[in-house]
Amino acid sequence: MSETAARRRRALMRFWRDYRAQRAGLYGAAILAVFVLLALVTPLVTDPSGLDVTKATGPKMAPPSAQFPLGTDESGRSILLMILWGSRVSLLIGFLAALLSMVIGTVTGITAGHFRGWSSAVLMRITDWFLVLPSLVLALVLAAILGGGTSTIILAIGVTSWAATARLIRAQTLAVEARPYVERSRVLGAGHWHVMTRHVLPNVAPLVLANTTLTVAGAIVTESTLAFLGADAGQASWGSMLRGSYDWGAVTSGAWWYVLPPGLCIVAVVLAFTFCGRALEAVLNPRLRGVA
Amino acid sequence: MTAPIEIEPAAGPAAGPEDGRGARRGALGYALAKLGGALLSIGMVVVATFFLFRLIPGDPAIAYTRDVPLTPDQLTLLRRQMGLDRPLPEQFLDFVARALQGDLGTSYEYRRPVAELIGERLGPTLLLVGTGLVIAVTLGLWQGTRAAWNHGGRLDRFSTGISLTLWSVPTFWLGLLLLMVFAAGVGPIPGIFPTRGMEDVDAPDGPMYLLHVAHHLVLPCITLVAVVYAQYLVVMRSSLLDEIGQDYVTTARAKGLRDAQVRRRHAVPNALLPTVTLVFLHIGLVVQGAVTTETVYSWPGLGLLFYEAIKGPDFAVMQGTFMVLCVAVIIMNTLADVLYHVLDPRVRSA
Repeated sequence: MSETAARRRRALMRFWRDYRAQRAGLYGAAILAVFVLLALVTPLVTDPSGLDVTKATGPKMAPPSAQFPLGTDESGRSILLMILWGSRVSLLIGFLAALLSMVIGTVTGITAGHFRGWSSAVLMRITDWFLVLPSLVLALVLAAILGGGTSTIILAIGVTSWAATARLIRAQTLAVEARPYVERSRVLGAGHWHVMTRHVLPNVAPLVLANTTLTVAGAIVTESTLAFLGADAGQASWGSMLRGSYDWGAVTSGAWWYVLPPGLCIVAVVLAFTFCGRALEAVLNPRLRGVA
Repeated sequence: MTAPIEIEPAAGPAAGPEDGRGARRGALGYALAKLGGALLSIGMVVVATFFLFRLIPGDPAIAYTRDVPLTPDQLTLLRRQMGLDRPLPEQFLDFVARALQGDLGTSYEYRRPVAELIGERLGPTLLLVGTGLVIAVTLGLWQGTRAAWNHGGRLDRFSTGISLTLWSVPTFWLGLLLLMVFAAGVGPIPGIFPTRGMEDVDAPDGPMYLLHVAHHLVLPCITLVAVVYAQYLVVMRSSLLDEIGQDYVTTARAKGLRDAQVRRRHAVPNALLPTVTLVFLHIGLVVQGAVTTETVYSWPGLGLLFYEAIKGPDFAVMQGTFMVLCVAVIIMNTLADVLYHVLDPRVRSA
């Protein structure tokens, strides 16, 4: 058992060495660490009562000042405070939606790749259907029908974004199952469950990890777009802040402090996730290793 | 926006188990198989729509007529009209039969048939999406070609950076920024473009009207182009990079052709094939871009109609627009598949 642990540690060290060589991936990870840290300490150092429209103390739509470093919104709330609390909502929805999408995609992909015949054909038919449909439109309809709330938004994004993952995982599953040791294991009497969880899953896991990182980026953009189009989680997120800035005419009255910070946060986090995902892909995908 | 920027070979038009079999059956059989697949997908859209919109909590009759005060008698009558008093399978068949006849229900918000509303909004959307696509495809393919031909160079790194950034920027935020800078104006710079809509109330007549609409079109069009063109750039770049390593390119060079000739006459035509079809395959992305762009600029198209229905909520309009958008995307995808098959002899003989 200790030998396994040592082997795992060696593999982890090797992974870290390879990842460190990816400059963009390191920057991405650093940016993410800062945002996650801020999101975690926000409830410890700030008072959420400032988010309440009725308890806001500042002047309305005021430009940045010493008291309000990023200015205030239409009802006198601090933009900085809303950004900090909004990061919690945006990141949480991004992570959980990507997790849901990954689970659906991986299970569908492995199942469709492992079993042949009609069940696989049906699964791929459904996958292709989801791949083709405009996912944002479907997510909007889902959110509108199921009513607001954080879990609804997570569900709407997760259910509409897994198809590309499933395609990818299925292709990888087919490649893994063609290897001789899987055939050997099957000849020795391994069942479907054993092959899928003991041989296929560990082999597709790195790909799943890289793919999920990219999915989080997509999920955060989708969340903000949904919030802007009116399907928000009922809590202030970066997307719903931008909705507010649009509704209250910050765009046309030149209140840049209400429009720029939330958008820049979205772009920074999404870019960071994309950099991390691409770096992971370069490290973990043997096909890309020589190229990158 | 949620589509990964890297195009996996598995997601390409030539992938999938059914394609191999289709190829052997010949072009007509292939087209028929694809057509069958498209009809199945459309059928799935209709079924999904029917059951999705039955998930609405509460009484559909009340949900659909939101804000319209109704007496109990009127409500009973409405339920009968909507077929809510009949069993579910019967309601479903009725729904399908109506959809086939182009009857998408009635909007109580507008007090008009949904199909009529959609027909009205189709023109502006086609104008916006059509103009945007032509510009995005031209720009994307041109820049993608240049990036791949000098890959690793400054232009290549610049293009890759631009496309990565554009991919991370939410469409609506880009729209807000453009609105703020070019429509409202920043500091001493006055706004030079209109902030909303396709035409003003005092729009001029005759040829000046076209100019008037074009003036309104500029910002929405730039936003839409920015969303989709990066994808085309990336696809064209990777597709051309694949070709550069091929033997026939080396041969073309070896027989003494100039660099531009090798590119224009040999490599680019081959690289164009997968790219052009991917343009069609990614039409879902364009639809999403249109919904957000039209919302930001209040462009009176299908996307804005859909957004207003979501905001209402006006379930009848939502349901109708949803089906129309999905079916349009499926049709474009099928066209792309068939087109690829017709254009690429390698797939045909495979």
